[in-house]
Amino acid sequence: MIEISGLSKTFGSGANAFTALDDINVEIRQNEFFTLLGPSGCGKTTLLRSIAGFVDPTSGSLTIEGQDVLPLPPYARPVNTVFQNYALFPHMTVAQNIGFGLEMQDRPKAEIKQVVGEMLELVQMTPMADRMTSQISGGQQQRVALARALAPRPKVLLLDEPLSALDFKLRKEMQIELKRLQSETGITFVFVTHDQEEALTMSDRIAVMSTGRILQIGGPKDIYDHPAERFVADFIGDTNFLDATLQSVDGEVATVTLPSGKSVAARAVQGGNQSGAVTLAVRPEHATLTKESGLLDGVLQNIVYFGTDTHYHVTLDAGSAFVVRKQNQPNAGERFEVGEKVGISFDAGVGQVLRD
Amino acid sequence: MAQASDTQATRRRWLLLSPALLILLFAASGPLLIVVIYSFLTPGDYGGVIWKFSTDAWFNVVVERDFFDDTLSFSDAHLSIFWRSVKLSLMTTLVAFIVGFPTAYFIATRPKDKRDIWMLLIMIPFWTNLLIRTFAVMEIIRNEGVVNSLLIGLGIIDQPIQMLFTEFAITLGMFYVYLPLMVLPIYAAMERFDFSLVEAAYDLYASRWRVLRRVIFPIVKPGVIAGSILVFVPSLGAYVTPRVLGGGKQLMLGNLIELQFGQGRNWPLGAALSITLLAIVMIALIIYVRAAGREEMSHG
Repeated sequence: MIEISGLSKTFGSGANAFTALDDINVEIRQNEFFTLLGPSGCGKTTLLRSIAGFVDPTSGSLTIEGQDVLPLPPYARPVNTVFQNYALFPHMTVAQNIGFGLEMQDRPKAEIKQVVGEMLELVQMTPMADRMTSQISGGQQQRVALARALAPRPKVLLLDEPLSALDFKLRKEMQIELKRLQSETGITFVFVTHDQEEALTMSDRIAVMSTGRILQIGGPKDIYDHPAERFVADFIGDTNFLDATLQSVDGEVATVTLPSGKSVAARAVQGGNQSGAVTLAVRPEHATLTKESGLLDGVLQNIVYFGTDTHYHVTLDAGSAFVVRKQNQPNAGERFEVGEKVGISFDAGVGQVLRD
Repeated sequence: MAQASDTQATRRRWLLLSPALLILLFAASGPLLIVVIYSFLTPGDYGGVIWKFSTDAWFNVVVERDFFDDTLSFSDAHLSIFWRSVKLSLMTTLVAFIVGFPTAYFIATRPKDKRDIWMLLIMIPFWTNLLIRTFAVMEIIRNEGVVNSLLIGLGIIDQPIQMLFTEFAITLGMFYVYLPLMVLPIYAAMERFDFSLVEAAYDLYASRWRVLRRVIFPIVKPGVIAGSILVFVPSLGAYVTPRVLGGGKQLMLGNLIELQFGQGRNWPLGAALSITLLAIVMIALIIYVRAAGREEMSHG
């Protein structure tokens, strides 16, 4: 659907040059909910704007359904954007905003009227059709921005942090709404966000970006359970990092020796070291706390209660910190006290060796 | 208790309003009333007025009495001056818009720290004395002036083109003098304009021209209306520019009025012409604002 290869963008020149995109290679599939995830300044918005046509890449290629779109101005590309600040036209009504794209395509009046009606229905804004955009709430403006971008039936819908201005409850509603719209319209969505939870709950696939590069592409579970790099593991969810020694690699299985001297099977990473010092990532909820000695031993420093779960902060004998997250049950089994000597265990294959 | 503080608040409000009300009374309404009264009096032989009611002045605005046989006819001289005033003012406003709109757009799209310098360049002529600026234009377009010498020097023309003392000269002069009044309000509107709307329109298949016509222009239209009024109104009553650049041959309303109070020694006619000028301005404004408003309704 969208094929991007070797795409780079440098702003400025000489000593002031800033590389916003550094050799981006990605293929986005038909009818996919594809998310670009990363902190601000990582290049995700620049990549989105390159697809829309507002940024002219320095090098590389970008095709949509096999057609090279880089020479095309924004108004000639089969993509529409939902802007972060919505950018609704203040001098037009809700219906006129939604119909604008179709009108600019010189579609017949009857067709415009019909499509606008359908779009109003789709985003549940029919009663507001004749309001000015200043007379509706933030959540409603968001819906209008969506409907306006969807009305011309683009091949790709680009969404630039569209939910960031909404409050928590509305954001949750809109997340579900967006997924519904995507499956109902069959349009490919490219979604930009810095919110890892949003990315995990909505995406078919996620590209994690940092400093202009794509670090890892994969499904939400893939990215969360098997981060390839320290940055990805750290950015998405909470992670324990352990200094370990890689003993052997056999396909996807790596055998590592932990600081405690014990060995465990972990997941290997593509393109990583074959032996020597590595970093092992273990999610807090993938580890269990025991009274007896485990893979790692330490002293319980702090217990933090979160309602649904409890976080146990342990200082390992090797000196580093480790957090274990345990889901709370009505009749909790073992009770732990601060200062107690505890063991930490996790199953074979749970740990992920990182590419350093 | 509540009532007492109410009256106190009312008194305070009037007190705060009083400077504005006094200015309105003595500087606007008062003089206007005097002009209206004068227009219904009889002219004195050496200027001034005689306190005797007469409607002659109003009659003379559009009709003239033949000096010899007392026959009445439409005053061609006056009508042609009215027509020239309206025509040249409209031309000035149009040209100021055609030049001022892109200028304001250009300045508003510069980086924030550069805009003030551009605005300063627009404003410097505005702070210069009107006569100096008008004579500068004269120097440029007169027969031995910069433009003609240059064209002759380059061998493009043999004889100087007569530009001074024409309607072209007056329009050029007024355009130059009033351009900042067009640029300023449009720039003020443009500066508040959210340029992400331009991206949104580009994204929705609008070409550059359509972005300008359907998104930028309707939103900055209040600035364009304000600018047009600010240029049209003083152009219609302009006195110095047509006097200097029109050379006394191409009279405008301002010159005609001045003539009545000066050499013409017909103060009531001058007063009647002043009121007529005011009426033309008001009618023009009402038509303009109504038309602008109606377009807004139909175009959205």
